[in-house]
Amino acid sequence: MSGHASFEPTNKIVKWFEDRLPVLGLAHASFVAFPTPRNLNYWWTFGGILFFFLLVQIITGIILAMHYVPHEALAFDSTEHILRDVNYGWLLRYLHSNGASMFFLAVYIHIFRGLYYGSFKGPREILWIIGVVIYVLMMAAGFLGYVLPWGQMSFWAATVITNLFSAFPIVGEPIVQWLWGGFSVGQPTLNRFFSFHYLVPLLLYVFVILHVWALHVVGNNNPTGVSVKKDQDTLPFHPYYTIKDSYAIVAFLLIYFWFVFFNPNQLGHPDNYIPADALVTPPHIVPEWYFLPFYAILRAVPDKLGGVLLMFGALAVLAVLPWLDRSKARSLTYRPLMKGFFWIFAVDAVLLGWLGSQPAEGIFVTLSRLATAYYFAHFLIILPLVSKFEVPRPRPASIMDAVLEKSGDADEAKS
Amino acid sequence: MIMRTKLMKTFPKRIAAAGLIAGAVLAAGALSQPAMASTGGVSTPHMQKWSFGGVFGRFDRAQLKRGLQVYREVCSACHGLKRVAFRTLSQPGGPELSEDVVKELAAEYEIKDGPDDEGEMYDRPGTLKDYFPSTYPNDKAARAANNGALPPDLSIITKARGYHRGFPGWFLDLFTGYQEAGADYVHALLTGYEEEPPEGFHLVDGMSYNHYFGGNQIGMPPPLSDELVEYEDGTKATVDQMAKDVTAFLMWTAEPTLEQRKRLGFQVFLFVLLLSGMLYFTTKRLWHGVKH
Repeated sequence: MSGHASFEPTNKIVKWFEDRLPVLGLAHASFVAFPTPRNLNYWWTFGGILFFFLLVQIITGIILAMHYVPHEALAFDSTEHILRDVNYGWLLRYLHSNGASMFFLAVYIHIFRGLYYGSFKGPREILWIIGVVIYVLMMAAGFLGYVLPWGQMSFWAATVITNLFSAFPIVGEPIVQWLWGGFSVGQPTLNRFFSFHYLVPLLLYVFVILHVWALHVVGNNNPTGVSVKKDQDTLPFHPYYTIKDSYAIVAFLLIYFWFVFFNPNQLGHPDNYIPADALVTPPHIVPEWYFLPFYAILRAVPDKLGGVLLMFGALAVLAVLPWLDRSKARSLTYRPLMKGFFWIFAVDAVLLGWLGSQPAEGIFVTLSRLATAYYFAHFLIILPLVSKFEVPRPRPASIMDAVLEKSGDADEAKS
Repeated sequence: MIMRTKLMKTFPKRIAAAGLIAGAVLAAGALSQPAMASTGGVSTPHMQKWSFGGVFGRFDRAQLKRGLQVYREVCSACHGLKRVAFRTLSQPGGPELSEDVVKELAAEYEIKDGPDDEGEMYDRPGTLKDYFPSTYPNDKAARAANNGALPPDLSIITKARGYHRGFPGWFLDLFTGYQEAGADYVHALLTGYEEEPPEGFHLVDGMSYNHYFGGNQIGMPPPLSDELVEYEDGTKATVDQMAKDVTAFLMWTAEPTLEQRKRLGFQVFLFVLLLSGMLYFTTKRLWHGVKH
């Protein structure tokens, strides 16, 4: 495939500019000529979908911030004002709140795709770790944003989550008071959360750029997990993947818009339409759906510090994944045993999510403990052991071989 | 939240505060949820047919007008509607009263304004820009007048309430777009009173038995009875009819842009469907003959 031409401007002004700051050449190399494995399936479109949602969140967020007031007496009213009086305010607000959910839905698919096809393995360790950082920043942004409407769930989620830090000995209390800006969740907390909610996405953006940069250094993984070996393994990013990604993004919009227009509050909680009240605890405090698995892990441990450590550990373990999986094969397509464990893990993660939404009592506690134990066992026991002993099935010599084998004319592979 | 009135009513303040701190600590430790008061015997609301449900949902103007009447003649005795401005009553997508009618309606209310040049507060008739005035000057006055219970503001009550959908309810809702849980709950609550509690049920003095309220004890006495209002359009004012009408009205106050949202949503959906179809065929065409 010879579509990998470099950027050579013919226009004099463009050339003059390019000689001084080769930003167009960089864009061309990154998003036009960039050699991309020809066999990427639709699970690979979620990177583009995620970038799209980052932009949606930033743009709607900037406009919402023009109308929102970070004050404990006014925050709830200003959110209602946006929904009622601002022109298309309801659209902006619902795009933003449901955009967060779609962002997480897409990131979970993106992460599980990486787990399945071994995208975290060398040489993509740094790319993967940056991804974990992005995920953690997303969680921070999501949590901070959830607090801003200052409804009952906002307030009590802020109380519960900030209190987690009090579990740490000695430094715990000062950290919590520092987060609150006082001795309870209140005006200073809301004001700084608003500030952080504006800051974190900018950090997120920086890490996304690093993520894309790292991706463009090592190149895409692909469904076979076999590295790119020759030119014909790849296609230029444009038009093949620009068009395919556009299709995927627009198709994904259908899910997004279903919620935005036809059921904008389903992923939220009715209690968050009750103004925050420090004197009334909701009977059942639940976080947003995308935090539920971690909430279940947190509550599975009878000891507060233990729960907090385990919850953060559940995230941290992702970062060291490249060194836990010792298998030479990247893609689980060639690792039948590990593939089975992958699906068990996926079920375990969903189970944890469900348990996170249930009250912490009776059978749910027992199940949460089992599911939590399995979560860690998957990474710390099963993955290292299976990857050590499982002999992967033979892998294709190259991406092109795999492609031709699939389409049934292996002879062409030699040409 | 359902417990708010009950908690505040049955607990002396200090105990409530202590319970609160304990609750906060528990929640903070996230070890368990604050203990729920007895919820035994609470029934699940029935799903009603709402004109505003579904993808093509629209409010029934006549119903909104009747609901407004029920609110004004019955509910407003105790409940406020502080987020609703009179001007919105004539906006498209709502009851769509004529502006003159709304002006007259607004003028029936007294709005506290001021201070004037002498520094005095004064009352004046309401105008389009004003909001429904609160029934009580403050929450404490509201509690004092209601046996300790606080009648919540109704502006967004249909979004602030719901009921546990369970499985597979919540999952199916993702696809059916069912979002009338709040409306169904409010309707159920208004029609769910029982004159005599079941045998063995201890009803606190001044409370009423309700099938749908958490703990089955509610501070609000049965607000509706047949023929309580006389509808201008001749509709028979049964309890169920009034409950439906006022619930529909409160759905509109909670979500005044619902019609605009669904209408725009349908157009956007059609466009995105078409665009994704075109992109699908573009992708197919582009990749045709490219082995992948």
